[in-house]
Amino acid sequence: MAHTLIEKLIGNKVGKEVFPGDIVTVPVDWCMVDDIMVAFAAAKFEEMGFAKIWDPDKVVLIYDHFLPTTQADDSRQFRAGNAFADKYGLKNVHRTDGICHQLMTEAGYVKPGDIAFGTDSHTTTYGCVGAFSTGIGYTEMAGILGTGELWMKVPESIKVVIDGTLPSNVTSKDVILRIIGDLTASGATYQSLEFSGSTVDNMTLASRMTMSNMAVEAGAKCGIFAPDEKTCEYCNIPYTEKEKALRPDADASYSRILTYKAEDMVPVMACPSLVDNIKPVSEVSGTKVDQVFLGSCTNGRLEDLHAAAEILKDRHIAPYLKMIVTPASVKIYREALADGTLGILSDAGAIITTPGCGLCCGRGGGILCDNEVVVATNNRNFLGRMGTSKVKIYLASPKTAAMTALTGVITEA
Amino acid sequence: MGMTIAEKIIACAAGKTEVHAGDIETVTLDRLMSNDGTTHLTIDMFNNKIKHPRIADTSKLVWIVDHNIPADSPKTAASQKKMRDFAREHGITFYEGEGVCHQVMMENHVRPGELIFGADSHTCAYGALGAFGTGVGCTDYLYAMVTGTSWLLVPETIRFNLTGKLPEGVYARDLILTIIGKISANGANYRAMEFAGEGLHTLTMADRISICNLCVEAGAKTALMEVDDVAMEYLTAHGRTPKATFASDPDAVFAETYDIDLSTIRPIVAKPHFVDNVVPADECLGVKIDEAFLGSCNNGRIEDLRVGAAVIKGKKVAPKVRFLVVPASRSVYKQAMEEGLLDIFMESGAIVMNPNCSVCWGACQGVIGEGETLISTGTRNFKGRAGHKDSFVYLASAATVTASAVAGEIMTADKL
Amino acid sequence: MENTFTAKIWVLGDDIDTDIILPTEYLALKTVEDMKPYAFSPLRPELAGLIQPGDMIVAGKNFGCGSSREQAPEVVKALGISCVVAKSYARIFFRNAINNGLLLIENADLYDEVTEGGTAEVTPGKDIIYNGKTYEIASLPANLMEILNAGGLVKAMRKRNGLD
Repeated sequence: MAHTLIEKLIGNKVGKEVFPGDIVTVPVDWCMVDDIMVAFAAAKFEEMGFAKIWDPDKVVLIYDHFLPTTQADDSRQFRAGNAFADKYGLKNVHRTDGICHQLMTEAGYVKPGDIAFGTDSHTTTYGCVGAFSTGIGYTEMAGILGTGELWMKVPESIKVVIDGTLPSNVTSKDVILRIIGDLTASGATYQSLEFSGSTVDNMTLASRMTMSNMAVEAGAKCGIFAPDEKTCEYCNIPYTEKEKALRPDADASYSRILTYKAEDMVPVMACPSLVDNIKPVSEVSGTKVDQVFLGSCTNGRLEDLHAAAEILKDRHIAPYLKMIVTPASVKIYREALADGTLGILSDAGAIITTPGCGLCCGRGGGILCDNEVVVATNNRNFLGRMGTSKVKIYLASPKTAAMTALTGVITEA
Repeated sequence: MGMTIAEKIIACAAGKTEVHAGDIETVTLDRLMSNDGTTHLTIDMFNNKIKHPRIADTSKLVWIVDHNIPADSPKTAASQKKMRDFAREHGITFYEGEGVCHQVMMENHVRPGELIFGADSHTCAYGALGAFGTGVGCTDYLYAMVTGTSWLLVPETIRFNLTGKLPEGVYARDLILTIIGKISANGANYRAMEFAGEGLHTLTMADRISICNLCVEAGAKTALMEVDDVAMEYLTAHGRTPKATFASDPDAVFAETYDIDLSTIRPIVAKPHFVDNVVPADECLGVKIDEAFLGSCNNGRIEDLRVGAAVIKGKKVAPKVRFLVVPASRSVYKQAMEEGLLDIFMESGAIVMNPNCSVCWGACQGVIGEGETLISTGTRNFKGRAGHKDSFVYLASAATVTASAVAGEIMTADKL
Repeated sequence: MENTFTAKIWVLGDDIDTDIILPTEYLALKTVEDMKPYAFSPLRPELAGLIQPGDMIVAGKNFGCGSSREQAPEVVKALGISCVVAKSYARIFFRNAINNGLLLIENADLYDEVTEGGTAEVTPGKDIIYNGKTYEIASLPANLMEILNAGGLVKAMRKRNGLD
């Protein structure tokens, strides 16, 4: 019988044909635990009474939300993480390398066909390499650390097909925002979003990452791309029959199919304070902005920094506006140092902060106050996410963000 | 009767030919610096406590957001917004995210001979360019902002005659900590600390700023240095000219005089919880650290980053240590970028941050936790200064701090 | 066995996200008890102080959307909320709630007809009676009931490891 991509992936892992609605127990290839959750996961793990971690080499511990620390309590999470890593022999510990979701593929952990769980909702990101990955709570993580497996319901799939060439001012961020707007914030709940079409085939891995990352904002369990040659190159593995087989059957059945023509896409924003409150940038242009944030696991990659640098080269951001740039990883920061991108952004007046979650998780990195407006490239604009509940957060692409920084009002690139 | 540099600057600012220690003078200020630590309070007083609020001379005001940038809470964001909006409305020179206030002032504003109030204790740093900088609270600041003037008790001066040259691997930070240890944390209360002599000429501007900056930790009202070729070269390179250059008269009266041979200075560490609790760095070797900080208005200049980068190049930060490197200003950041220093630090596992005060004042970024130990090039090691009330701060030079970051315990660069 | 209970109702809206349930600022507080006062603070800062043990929450669609922070269901449970009735739930929140023994009920109609401050009679797995009207509710799949009945995932794992 014909299968969707996620059905095939899970089927491969459990060694039998699976169908949506089946409850299966899957073996886990990778566990990602971040600094915000490690102390709680460790406590639950011990409370459960496990003597050891099922496979310490499959666990990756990453400090990113509290880096740099902004409160005296923050480093307690690092100490808890260090103690847990020491006690149970964890070797994959990244203490200053960048955002967890960037590192899980960038540092060579997650590969096509893998199953990964992380203690953060944006764990869906690894769908960009054709893996199944999703966010879980720390109690479930503790259970996996002890058993190496987790039960799950095989999800139904929503197929998203995008064909054609995107206009030059439209990025994959605009595409995923548009999809979320169409699906709504709960429209893909429990389901797998499967992306395909010539537009996504032509996208870089970085661009795909943005879309997988935000799949969760439509409620999806995962947002997955079939691996191709580019994927394997990024993952530093050969493109073999195994990866080639990891694609949906043409006659697979979907709960819903969304079809887009890339040429029809326009730059959009998620307006306050819901991720699915999507409007064309042209409809909100002219809104005065206090701060622009370029960064996060959604849009803190080299191509995002390049997009902003292209717009801001030899220019300066609007007076009294702050632009905060937070590269997603040390690797990206160093690449952007080497190719002059950070120099351009700094000359344009941007404040370049250390790689980490920064403003996106709302614990530092440019918190705002009542009635301030921020245009941000990250993934959530929830009430109070970046300060008080009277802060207005608009989510946008790096291009829109950079143009807005230049003019001081929301501006289409 | 001869005058000291401090007396000459105050006389000039008071429109007199001669003033002497102990006189109380009404002075016209050349410049008024304020940062996001307290400016919001000044604005509140300006708006609510004054009958006819006005600014005497807007062109003398420089406002700088440096303490909590980028903002770490709605509260700090609101105080910065108040400052930004006020500066914008009144046309006040305004910097946000451009660097630590004193470094921004040195790079862009301070001129020899000026009398400058700063709403920050380390304003005494401006003495490196022969300017009388002193820290004031917001009430004094507000009065000066509204009237353009203030009153000042002319301070006595402690004179430091420097001879010789610092040995290789010993830095200005070691020198000033040694001096503070010698005269104690209140040894210069109400007084000016003046530095002169042949030894002064061997010190770079970065050294000098570092020395003057820390004089407030001995209680000094201000620090002053003679303006020599090194200072003039810095001034010219930054496109400015002096208001006036002063040296103390041969018959000037000093409260105390110290002769210091720079070649005798050794690496020093100030132990918790006082800046004058200094010991030779060798006595602290082996103290485990959780965090190391290279930065601040005291040691975040390009020279300091070069020292740190030379120590750490090809090595790694100890796995569980957080090593924060914070250039003192955007121009330092850019320079360090161009010289490849930022990359050296990042490759080593350091956390390179945007220019700000952060770790030095225990907020915004790099806050340390309960029971943790920090070794820092910041200005102060008071109890709780860098975060949790039960934490420990050691102060040392850029070289010692960086070597410690690599070792995971207090270490001097020569022993690494 | 029917364990019917009566609960006072608090009404929240659609898309109550995890940043509303517990803002990031409070995630690293030492214990869930420390976090309690900040629950729902971006939306209704006074609410945490008003909720009494045994009360219930009725909400619209997509309750608990957003982050995987398990502090969210934990803090709701710690406030003494007996159950949440919503039109739908975000999936991570749903799993986390079950794993912490917080009862979640899906019902499409109650939210549209309910008034805050009223009381409802809840019989898990069977129905809710409010204002004289009966709202049928589905029971959870067996594997989830197992975790719920064990008192959450930690207890289930302890059992598995032969500890309880």
